[in-house]
Amino acid sequence: MALLQISEPGMSAAPHQHKLAIGIDLGTTNSLVATVRSGMSTVLQDQHGHALLPSIVHYGEAQQVIVGHEAKVKQNADPVNTIASVKRLMGRSLKDIVDKAHIPYRFVSPPSDDASQGMVLLDTRAGLKSPVEISAEILKTLKNRAQAALGGELTGAVITVPAYFDDAQRQATKDAARLAGLHVLRLLNEPTAAAVAYGLDNAAEGVYVIYDLGGGTFDVSILHLSKGIFEVLATNGDSALGGDDFDHRIYCWILDQIRDANPSKQPLSEKDTRLLLTKARQAKEWLTENEEAQITCKLSSAYTVDVTLTAAAFVELTENLVRKTLSPMRKAMRDASLDLTDIKGVVLVGGATRMPHVRQAVQDFFQQAPLTNLDPDKVVAIGAAIQANVLAGNRSGDDLLLLDVTPLSLGLETMGGLVEKVIPRNSTLPVARAQDFTTFKDGQTAMSIHVLQGERDLVSACRSLARFELRGIPPMAAGAARIRVTFQVDADGLLSVSAREETKGVEASISVKPSYGLNEDAIIDMLKSSFSEAESDKKARALAEAKVDAMGIISAIHIALEQDGHLLNAVEKEAISKHIKALETALAGEQSRAIHDATAALNTATEAFAAKRMDESVSRALAGKNIDEVNL
Amino acid sequence: MRLWRKFYCLSLASVSQNYFKLFDLDQSFCIDLSTLERHYRKIQSAVHPDRFVTASSAEKLSAMQQATLANEAYQTLKKPASRAKYLLSLSQIDATQETNTAMPMDFLIQQMAWRETLEDCKADKDIAGLEQLATEMRQAAHLLAEELNRLFDEQNDLSAATDATRKLIFIDKVCEDINKAITQIED
Repeated sequence: MALLQISEPGMSAAPHQHKLAIGIDLGTTNSLVATVRSGMSTVLQDQHGHALLPSIVHYGEAQQVIVGHEAKVKQNADPVNTIASVKRLMGRSLKDIVDKAHIPYRFVSPPSDDASQGMVLLDTRAGLKSPVEISAEILKTLKNRAQAALGGELTGAVITVPAYFDDAQRQATKDAARLAGLHVLRLLNEPTAAAVAYGLDNAAEGVYVIYDLGGGTFDVSILHLSKGIFEVLATNGDSALGGDDFDHRIYCWILDQIRDANPSKQPLSEKDTRLLLTKARQAKEWLTENEEAQITCKLSSAYTVDVTLTAAAFVELTENLVRKTLSPMRKAMRDASLDLTDIKGVVLVGGATRMPHVRQAVQDFFQQAPLTNLDPDKVVAIGAAIQANVLAGNRSGDDLLLLDVTPLSLGLETMGGLVEKVIPRNSTLPVARAQDFTTFKDGQTAMSIHVLQGERDLVSACRSLARFELRGIPPMAAGAARIRVTFQVDADGLLSVSAREETKGVEASISVKPSYGLNEDAIIDMLKSSFSEAESDKKARALAEAKVDAMGIISAIHIALEQDGHLLNAVEKEAISKHIKALETALAGEQSRAIHDATAALNTATEAFAAKRMDESVSRALAGKNIDEVNL
Repeated sequence: MRLWRKFYCLSLASVSQNYFKLFDLDQSFCIDLSTLERHYRKIQSAVHPDRFVTASSAEKLSAMQQATLANEAYQTLKKPASRAKYLLSLSQIDATQETNTAMPMDFLIQQMAWRETLEDCKADKDIAGLEQLATEMRQAAHLLAEELNRLFDEQNDLSAATDATRKLIFIDKVCEDINKAITQIED
């Protein structure tokens, strides 16, 4: 047995060994990676001392992929092959993208029988690229930066997503991490990450609002902070509203100005569009501390743009964008059943909250000055790193727990194109609901189910997540079958569905057609193409992975047996150790398939033990309380 | 969205686990909400999936189920209407069943009056009026909760408690509709 406790790099380690875990803020404009070293959270820099990695990917002429600052330089010269703000395209179809004319990319719908379905693709020099693949390039760059800085293999990463991201957007983010070869410990909502960083730093207690206006997304979350527990009470937002939209307003304003001066109404080239968007962003940033911004540049037609935008005009231009953030705030306050007087503080997150009129609007709404004593660019990555450190097991997690919620309601299509809500928004995760269905024809063996996400009553106004075909229902009289469909949203906010015919106890099989996500085959194809390795390498990698999994579970079960072995009788213990022995034999055989099967068998054999341990944890947790209460 | 390759039996409403017992509370309508909250947090601290990120998949699954149950139980006991409904269900009474006892006439009239005010305010886009109505409903809900205290814990009159619970569920539904109406007007 002692042999098994030897730990190897990347494998389940002794409790004292520090595991390398990172937090990644995968932003619309910039991305960051942070970690916790010797108890201190730090943002990791590249070799030039940059913490922020521009979320821009350039596909070069020599088939090279360039990410970050060097890609940003290529933006004006080669806009079609230089993708910025790809986060706005994650889990989105062509139909969802409103400003197509003002975005200099070549969008393509995926080959499908229905053009409104499937995630949009971008036609680049390197071929058709999915937003998932483009995001994976950014994640790979950050992963490499972290490995270089920390000097070792990473245990895993916490990746942040906007709280208001729907299931398709979350799944796309997780797929991107998988493509980048990152083990995702958890998807964490950005405002929650910010609350962790702020709350721990300032020992904050009470109800706080996080107002997070990023480059492309807006979130507002209301949290109750108490003794290291961060409980999200409500969240709301707009996953298509951010600093980019302010740039667009200025861009359109410039077009208006030069249209007056320049009557030739030729559409702008992709390069000119990119140039003016860049100028617009610079003007926006300049106006944060200045009263007017001068915008000058030369278009490809040799026409010179020379206009001046005043801060007052900018405020007027973007007033309704700022107003668009107020409605989610009101909704979140109402969902949390709170009054303004309940709010202890308002924390600003995201680069776009640097705009003075955004700050003023938040102050006017909450009737208190927002807290700005932290770097709005870095706070999310720092929070993610803190959570990654806890999840990896480096810090006793007893003092930190995040209870997050699902941002949008989940429902099913019913008669007449209406949606019936199954899981309401702002339900604390993890959450599950079961719904029973029956057949309407004699001998019916299949039925289809359409899952939607959103707040509206009409199917057409909600986002389609997937269509399911349930098969294998035992033939019965109409109405006699009882098919229980269970929806489970896990701690990452991702939905999974299972179904079972209750009267006969038959498991119904489900075939899924994800509406926007990539299916498993597509991901495997991408994984294959991203690893151009020989067949023998693939086998070696599969074997290594199977071994790591096997050693991990054996070590986890040994620890469990040590702690809670008393919950099992001799027969049960014997059954588990028989499976452990079988797995050890398989490990010696060096066959990945056999190791995999023996691991699965061991897992199944320990399910009842795991459930008993969980019950034991519950009673232990409450037994501890008596001592606390006496002490109080 | 991904699919479970294997079906795991999730025991939710059908569970043997009593929600009151889970949180170490006496089975009654009147509960100490701060104890409920404290015990809920303790349980989540012990079983939340975040505590089992590096554990075996059997333990991960078990943690998710236990944390899911704790959430469901906490939400059920936290709000008076769902707590009352749950208490009744423990005595095999389904408060939401249509065939259950009819509402008394005075409540039906009150019900129509509330609905009418709601529709009028909606038509006039009168947010202040809707908020006023919500306040009124909250007061009515508060009185009903006090009545339920007596009916459940002192008199053990489950038939009257069922009536009061149905009223409370109705009020909650109207409050939800008020919020929906305000949101629609604001948008």
